[in-house]
Amino acid sequence: MKLFEKILIANRGEIAVRIIRACKELGIKTVAVYSDIEKDALHVRLADESVCIGPANVGQSYLNIPAILSAAEITDSDAIHPGYGFLAENYHFAEACITSGITFIGPTPENIRLGGDKAKARQTMKRKGVPVVSGSDGPVATEEIAMKVARKIGFPVVIKASAGGGGHGMKIVKEEKDLEQSFYIAQREALTAFGNSELYIEEYIPELRHVEVQIMADNKGNVIYLGERDCSIQRRHQKLIEESPSPISTTEKFKKRLGELGVKAARAIKYRNIGTVEFIVDPRGNIHFIEINTRVQVEHPVTEAVTGIDIIKEQIKLAAGFPLEFKQSKIKPSGHAIECRINAEDSESFIPSPGRITFLSLPGGEGVRVDTAIYSGYVIPSHYDSLIAKLIVHGADRAEAITKMRRALDEFIIEGINTTIPFHKKVISNPEFITGDYDTNFVEKINVNTQKTV
Amino acid sequence: MELEDLKELIELLKETDITELQVEKDGSKVKIKREKILSPMGMPVQKTPLPGEKLVAELEDETQRLVTITSPIVGTFYRAPSPEAQTFVEVGQSVNKGTVLCIVEAMKLMNEIESDVDGTIVKVLVENGQPVEYGEPLFLIEPL
Repeated sequence: MKLFEKILIANRGEIAVRIIRACKELGIKTVAVYSDIEKDALHVRLADESVCIGPANVGQSYLNIPAILSAAEITDSDAIHPGYGFLAENYHFAEACITSGITFIGPTPENIRLGGDKAKARQTMKRKGVPVVSGSDGPVATEEIAMKVARKIGFPVVIKASAGGGGHGMKIVKEEKDLEQSFYIAQREALTAFGNSELYIEEYIPELRHVEVQIMADNKGNVIYLGERDCSIQRRHQKLIEESPSPISTTEKFKKRLGELGVKAARAIKYRNIGTVEFIVDPRGNIHFIEINTRVQVEHPVTEAVTGIDIIKEQIKLAAGFPLEFKQSKIKPSGHAIECRINAEDSESFIPSPGRITFLSLPGGEGVRVDTAIYSGYVIPSHYDSLIAKLIVHGADRAEAITKMRRALDEFIIEGINTTIPFHKKVISNPEFITGDYDTNFVEKINVNTQKTV
Repeated sequence: MELEDLKELIELLKETDITELQVEKDGSKVKIKREKILSPMGMPVQKTPLPGEKLVAELEDETQRLVTITSPIVGTFYRAPSPEAQTFVEVGQSVNKGTVLCIVEAMKLMNEIESDVDGTIVKVLVENGQPVEYGEPLFLIEPL
């Protein structure tokens, strides 16, 4: 069994830099792909080779399957790492890689296909004994069926798009009289956004915590979990802050139950490579499966901090066919880690703020990590998402992690554009956040309090 | 003439006593002159450019008249439809808009790349069998 000789990274920005770092440490050559406005991007500079694959717009570049496969072909790459977003959860791409004789670094195309069908994933998990939120058994094809299901589980309900996920394509229906209209609107919106109008229904839980489990699986069917992450601090279903362990994960018993449910979910679909199982925990402490993310996640550094394991290196080794290096008993997370996602957006209105970074000073010191692709003088393009840096801190306990994050945010200077650093400073000093007793309504609450539009 | 080339020429000028430099490359001409500013004592300034010194570049860019055909895809560049066949075009050859100039092969598919203009092939910029990326310059054509 040997590692790959050369990996092409089918992504950009901070995750491309992250993957290049892991490859370099493993002695693997790297190929960066970029759109024609990203010649000066950091991932292009750091890679051993680079190939321009198309113009700025993502459809013709970072989502351009033929261009990416062709780039792998002309550089003789033997594997492709898709990162997150873009083609990472596109099972056609995973299949196309395999057909072209290139290893796709991630789970199997079947894992991706099932993970991407939220209604079917829910149904499968339910069948295999993983607890799910009450709701429809699979997709609901008509408004009549939706009404029957909704009446059975009780209002309020939430209508979700099968092809959605990550909070996109969700409609909350508070009363019976609103269901019909919401159903048809949801169908139309799902078709427009995802090309697929299929819907399913779940009970709506207004106050919940989003807690997810990092899992790893090898080709022999060994599966382990690497603790959990709490990602409840979200704005419009986009995560802003994540931490591990979750403030509600206070007993070994709970941690074990959560982790083992994550493993059970992974086994239920014969999952391979790395992934994350998302759960919601209701105010009574009940754990429910929501979806499985069949890729590496933005917030993986939080788990790396508490476990000391390099998740991307492990992912590459698993993709090369190596067995899992760690036994569950050896996974002993320690301390507490928090990540703040820094976006190029105004801290109050969250309006994107692309442009040139005129001055940059990164925080440092013990227990502070910054994952980013920005540099002084870099021009943030307007075509891609607004995440420009991840600030991760690791402390002996949650209190120390919070103190460290406050210190690190104070040191983080980015001039020339607006960033959400001020927003994070506000959150990190917020009394409710400090107690750890928050739910997914937290961001809306603090923004409403300062009377700013969300 | 690329910006990088210009920058290099300007650096060259700065490091020497040269007051005027004229360079012709690939059909474009550049003239760079150093304008001497007299110091308060009426003496010409030294070769190291002081804050008051300017470098003036007059660019006569003849490449503006040439059309560059770039690759619209990633792949491998071939000058002929097959190894034994004749090349699609040669330097000096007249072409029309739509004339096939080369093939860029991507994932076993042969993509014919056509000329955007009527004109004459001035230069072939890549080698047969060379991998090319999106936007890679392939041909220089002098349009009619």
